[in-house]
Amino acid sequence: MAEMTVIEAVREALREEMERDPTVFAMGEDIGARGGVFLATEGLLEQFGPERVIDTPLAEAAIGGIALGAAVNGMRPVAEIEFGDFVWPAVNQIIGEAARVRYGTQGRRTAPLVLRVPYGGGVRGGLFHSQSIEVAFSHQPGLKVVAPATPYDAKGLLKSAIRDDDPVIFFEHKRTYRLVKGDVPDGDYTIPIGKADVKRTGSDLTVVSYGLVLHYCLEAAATLAEEGIDVEVIDLRTLRPLDTDTVLESVRKTSKAMVVHEDTKAGGIGGEIAAVIAEEAFEDLDAPVKRVAGPEVPAMPFSPLLEAEFMPSAEKIAVAMRELAGY
Amino acid sequence: MTDADLLEMYRTMVLSRTLDQRIWQMNRQGRAAIVASAQGHEAAQVGAVRALDAERDRFYIYYRELTTMLALGITPLELLLGFLAKDGEPLSGARQFPLHGAIDRDRRDIVSFSNVVATQLPQAVGVALADKMRGEKRVTMAYFGDGASSMGETHEAMNFASIHRLPIIFFCENNKYAISVPISKQMNIESVATRASAYGMPGIEVNGFDPVAVYEAVGAAANLALSGQGPTLVEAVVERFLPHTSDDDDTRYRPPEDLDGIRDLDPIPATEKILRASGALDDALDEEIKSSAQKIVNQATEDAENAPFPEPHDFYEQVYAPGSPGDQS
Repeated sequence: MAEMTVIEAVREALREEMERDPTVFAMGEDIGARGGVFLATEGLLEQFGPERVIDTPLAEAAIGGIALGAAVNGMRPVAEIEFGDFVWPAVNQIIGEAARVRYGTQGRRTAPLVLRVPYGGGVRGGLFHSQSIEVAFSHQPGLKVVAPATPYDAKGLLKSAIRDDDPVIFFEHKRTYRLVKGDVPDGDYTIPIGKADVKRTGSDLTVVSYGLVLHYCLEAAATLAEEGIDVEVIDLRTLRPLDTDTVLESVRKTSKAMVVHEDTKAGGIGGEIAAVIAEEAFEDLDAPVKRVAGPEVPAMPFSPLLEAEFMPSAEKIAVAMRELAGY
Repeated sequence: MTDADLLEMYRTMVLSRTLDQRIWQMNRQGRAAIVASAQGHEAAQVGAVRALDAERDRFYIYYRELTTMLALGITPLELLLGFLAKDGEPLSGARQFPLHGAIDRDRRDIVSFSNVVATQLPQAVGVALADKMRGEKRVTMAYFGDGASSMGETHEAMNFASIHRLPIIFFCENNKYAISVPISKQMNIESVATRASAYGMPGIEVNGFDPVAVYEAVGAAANLALSGQGPTLVEAVVERFLPHTSDDDDTRYRPPEDLDGIRDLDPIPATEKILRASGALDDALDEEIKSSAQKIVNQATEDAENAPFPEPHDFYEQVYAPGSPGDQS
């Protein structure tokens, strides 16, 4: 057992999977000598050589398409999109094509690729280095979408993603990379895709979240515990397919539910969770489902006070928790 | 290239034309929903396949590849099952448009996922990259049209393939129209092949009405690919004898005189002439080839018409891997 950061956990998972399976290789912008702009691939070029750690041209459509072709032809590529904000040229290849390979060939071809996508804000990234884009991918059947929040989950889920026989979009929140530390067991382990995790048990209300703001939810829950309000916090970990069983089980226990994400509210994951709760557990509810989410502006501004205005915080979440608890 | 080789290519072209005409006719009768005709592309497609190894190589086709499919051994019945969206269609179980999906890999590596032009080019580059990483000696043949040459993904694919000297051939069938937009509005150069120099790879423009010329150009490109010398862009200049698809009306944009004199160069009668001149073909053999094609297509039509539409019994299958999260089967 060792304490490590999220970025170290990602790097360990990559290294161990490349050691385990010769069909696994990494590709992306600046991932070779530079080690990736966040150092996720630091040391991999030295260990595995340029054939398996491929510095690509600045061409995201090619990164998506080449990874897809290699996956169809027996490899397990792990492609990095440098920043989630740059993923759009690859969307044609990932949402348009990779998601449909198995279905569109009636299972004659598959696309076991991983697209690693650093995303999210609170890093002074401005409009084009802060976006939450996970919902675009979560909407598409055929893709699996994973968004871990802790080093333990990041390592175990990335290993599962690489071993998975379907295309997996692996979202890594940039602010968690060095901020979030945690214990990670030595050696090999995996965490199943499609399983949420109850990060804190409680009886008064259920909070569903993922990514960076999950940690803010846990902070807020700790604050509310001092006020005598017992909050259960669920980390979705996988955004497609959603683990609705874990969410519903918790809601049936607490009778109050709230969803928190950094992504914009309208059309976000929170809407889907709220709809599932309304469909499946309406009569268990004592209050309307509440959402705390990013505001309806096109993207996160650069200047610090403006950025803070955008970001959900433990304080904002605590206010919403108190409101819901008192309903 | 012997007379026997040319004769075999002629036979495939005649079969392709016969089948193509039948499918077009069935569309006009309301029996085939959508057709992108290969008429005018036959010589380029048959010559290209002839230069490759159907069992060894990988074929990333696009939607106008009827002759390519026949030349690779996919049967008229299998293709008609696709055009009629019938059960047993071998690429996608008729989930997709005709000629889309993939053939069972242990039979042929033929793939055509998408209707979105040029997406197949980066994918084909990834396929060739995987072969190179494993040290497998195979050629990946990536088909596209002049319309797709305008896409950014075409540039990205060629650039990457050349950097890594991948065993791939970019095979452009330039029929001079992207649906209605003529080549003069697509590019300010004479030939798509000239772009190859910008990527540091050879570019060959070839008369796509001449199956032997295409065979030689693709053969040269395959030799480069197999000997580790990287990709080649081969441009076969062809004609589109019919509208873009059965849903298109080319009288709205294509002057009638556009094809004047061109049909006189139709590669099928032209090949027939060459074979007759060399003595490889006489009236009796030609009659046998044409009536045999007609018979094959008639039988395939009847069989395809009698085949049922697929029931939605596997509608929820192949979304995710069997037994994996999200699997609904």
